[in-house]
Amino acid sequence: MTDILHIALEVDGAGQHPAAHLLAPHTTPATPPGRPGVTPDAHRVRTVTAAAENAGVTFVTFDDSLTPAPGRAAHRIDAVTRAAFVAPLTSRLGLVPLVHPAVTEPFHVASQLAALDHASRGRAGWLVGTGPVPGARRALDRPVADGEDLVAETVDVVTVVRDLWDSWDDDATIRDTATGRYIDRERLHYVDFASGGDGPFASPALRSAPDGARAPFTVKGPLIVPRGPQGQAVVVGRVGTVPGALLDVALVPDLADVDAARGDGVARVLVDLTVTLDAAGTPGTARRDQLDALVPGTTTGLAYTGDAAGLVALLLDLRGVVDGVRILPSVLDDDLPVLVRDVLPALRVARAVPVPRPGATLRDTLGLPRPASRFAATA
Amino acid sequence: MTDRFPHAHVHLGVFFQGVNHSTIWSDPASGSQLDFETFRQVVQTAERGLFDAFFLGEGLRLREQNGLLHDLDVVGRPDAITQLAALAAVTTHIGLAATQNVTYNDPADLARRLASLHALSGGRAAWNIVTTDNAWTGENFRRGGWLHHSQRYERAAEFVQAAQAIWDGFGSTVRYAASTVELEVQPTVELADHPVLFQAGDSPDGRDFAARHAEVIFSAHGTDFDDALGFADDIRARLRAAGRPEDDIKVLPSTQFILAATDEEAREKARWVKEQQVTPATALSLLGQVWGEDLSSYDPDGPLPAHDPAITQVSETRGSPRPGADPRAVARAWRERAEAEHLTIRQLVLAQDRQRGFVGSVESVADELVRWVRSGATDGFNITPWLVPTGLDDVVDLLVPALQERGAYRTEYTSTSLRDHLGLRAPVPHRAVLVGA
Ligand SMILES: Cc1cc2nc3c(=O)[nH]c(=O)nc-3n(C[C@H](O)[C@H](O)[C@H](O)COP(=O)(O)O)c2cc1C
Repeated sequence: MTDILHIALEVDGAGQHPAAHLLAPHTTPATPPGRPGVTPDAHRVRTVTAAAENAGVTFVTFDDSLTPAPGRAAHRIDAVTRAAFVAPLTSRLGLVPLVHPAVTEPFHVASQLAALDHASRGRAGWLVGTGPVPGARRALDRPVADGEDLVAETVDVVTVVRDLWDSWDDDATIRDTATGRYIDRERLHYVDFASGGDGPFASPALRSAPDGARAPFTVKGPLIVPRGPQGQAVVVGRVGTVPGALLDVALVPDLADVDAARGDGVARVLVDLTVTLDAAGTPGTARRDQLDALVPGTTTGLAYTGDAAGLVALLLDLRGVVDGVRILPSVLDDDLPVLVRDVLPALRVARAVPVPRPGATLRDTLGLPRPASRFAATA
Repeated sequence: MTDRFPHAHVHLGVFFQGVNHSTIWSDPASGSQLDFETFRQVVQTAERGLFDAFFLGEGLRLREQNGLLHDLDVVGRPDAITQLAALAAVTTHIGLAATQNVTYNDPADLARRLASLHALSGGRAAWNIVTTDNAWTGENFRRGGWLHHSQRYERAAEFVQAAQAIWDGFGSTVRYAASTVELEVQPTVELADHPVLFQAGDSPDGRDFAARHAEVIFSAHGTDFDDALGFADDIRARLRAAGRPEDDIKVLPSTQFILAATDEEAREKARWVKEQQVTPATALSLLGQVWGEDLSSYDPDGPLPAHDPAITQVSETRGSPRPGADPRAVARAWRERAEAEHLTIRQLVLAQDRQRGFVGSVESVADELVRWVRSGATDGFNITPWLVPTGLDDVVDLLVPALQERGAYRTEYTSTSLRDHLGLRAPVPHRAVLVGA
């Protein structure tokens, strides 16, 4: 642990408050003049991530779900696709989309995030989705692990994804003109992964399998994507749903959970903090009341309501307690401008946050080592 | 001969990463096959050349030969939709086509990812529907090799119908039930229209599937005019049989261009290109496919093996489809030719490797391309550059202006939608398959 505080930011949709998406957007989603083909979706993700990067945020997360989620706008595009879109438009910001291990094929998870790591030159992370996905079983026409099974499934999927990221040694592409070999096949590895689970094995049997049954699976490898700049994308998740040993960054809902995460051996622990700031002349408390009047917000977890100076003080106090804070803005359009204008600059002045360098990988910024491949020969 | 389509324009696409040994990676001018900058340079060059689309293939298991990873060709590529989303941010007009198979994807998941690319790019996404069904690829996926080969296009048709219903079904509950696809989902992406549907598959079933569902065919008929015209006429007949207008599908064959100042220089260059593509090691590998054994210890500058193949079917490099043939007959023919013409192994393989695509001066290739599209043999071409990232430069700087001079190529983009670039109709709404919305 250091005295540096990493600031992460959730940038999905209109904001974290379940009423946020019901407010009229303040920023115009219209196509800016002279930018043909720039859609509202593109404009939104582009401007929000640019603001986060300029403010010195370490990484942004992109929440997601296969099916509509309560309290969120009905229209939501795939998180990996959003993260990939902004990869060439940013140069310092970590990009951490949510992908659910029980929903997306493990082989596709590994390929997509490895591709994101290449496209972003080493700024990819994976926010491991947790919890049941309503409707996924019917949408996917196969059993989707739930409850206890979901924890075991998550362990298996994170493990095989990490195996696949290691299935190419860093120096596997040799381009040896003397022998005509593009790769050294000794430096690629079959992962031969077999999951746990005791449900029926393969479809079409999967279709009639009982709900919640855990269908075992195997993955041969190697990955189709060579090893990324970071070796492994940064794996971000909740302790309790993913064993700490499989995580690079743990997100905890409250300060009471920090010790458990540390005990689990996670290198970086970030606490989630919902913020509702004084914005545009309206006190945060009044904004929260207005939002709660539309749809009552949740009362669990760490939350801050008030002015920017108070938030700065709170964050400075968290130095040495946690490695960082993931800020969940109640309404992005209202809270992000205050974070960018008043909060992050004050943290920078206090030397409390890292200043990500252009070209640095997310691992560099987080101070995490680049892992060696588990399969690479140690000759 | 009068032109059947006197006003037809040439549509160009670029197929990046190619297949098999088409990409020369040994040349000093060959850049990284993986760095984002290479992709950026290729797609931006294509956009400067007013191409319709940039196109990525898919292979979900690394190729093998004789049970070993095939190591002679370019290996490793990014996930297509992820990469195209990144490229969407650095381009404004060009279409972005992802090859995605219907066997190892979930319809609800893939439809959403394609819709996401389409929404972010402002209507520039396309899906090249392929049926890759082999159990060997399935070893990387939850369901394994679950689909019988004979069901591949049944699954494809059901998958596409389900995807179309999802693209149309925002704000409702989409239910689809058929023999290989059954789902119920509330779509989360609102679209104004659909990604363009490409198809690549040459069997009669594949062609019928295209005639019913596709808007563009990425064909393998891009070298010989009569072959291309025969294919296009066959597709037109199948379209009529399916009750669609003859021009409802655009055909863009895979091809390569080798351009030079004169035809003679271009032929010289083509010989050089082929020698770079068929390296000594690749020659032994291709020979080994016929013999069904590892011949890598043979001398490529020496004679062919004296023994007959022990196998009865030409082995494929797994992951790349090759027609089955009687290996003993092939081997006998190859040996006879090598003896008659005094050819070494590599010389024989080079002689057997048919020249692909178009070879000639800029002027004569431009004339040829215009003849092809105006006779109805194709609507354009999907170019595999044999060199990246610079392999499109002469196409864009020299061939495109020559086509423009002939009035056969756009001089500016008139839309930011791929559907418009290709001159395709708006998709028919697929609410018919919505049940109980
Ligand atoms: C020009 C062309 C390009 C193709 N590209 C791919 C590809 O990138 N990935 C893939 O899995 N299959 C690809 N295919 C294979 C076909 O989709 C299909 O699976 C195969 O041809 C078998 O179908 P068929 O029996 O109808 O020919 C391609 C086929 C053609 C003709």
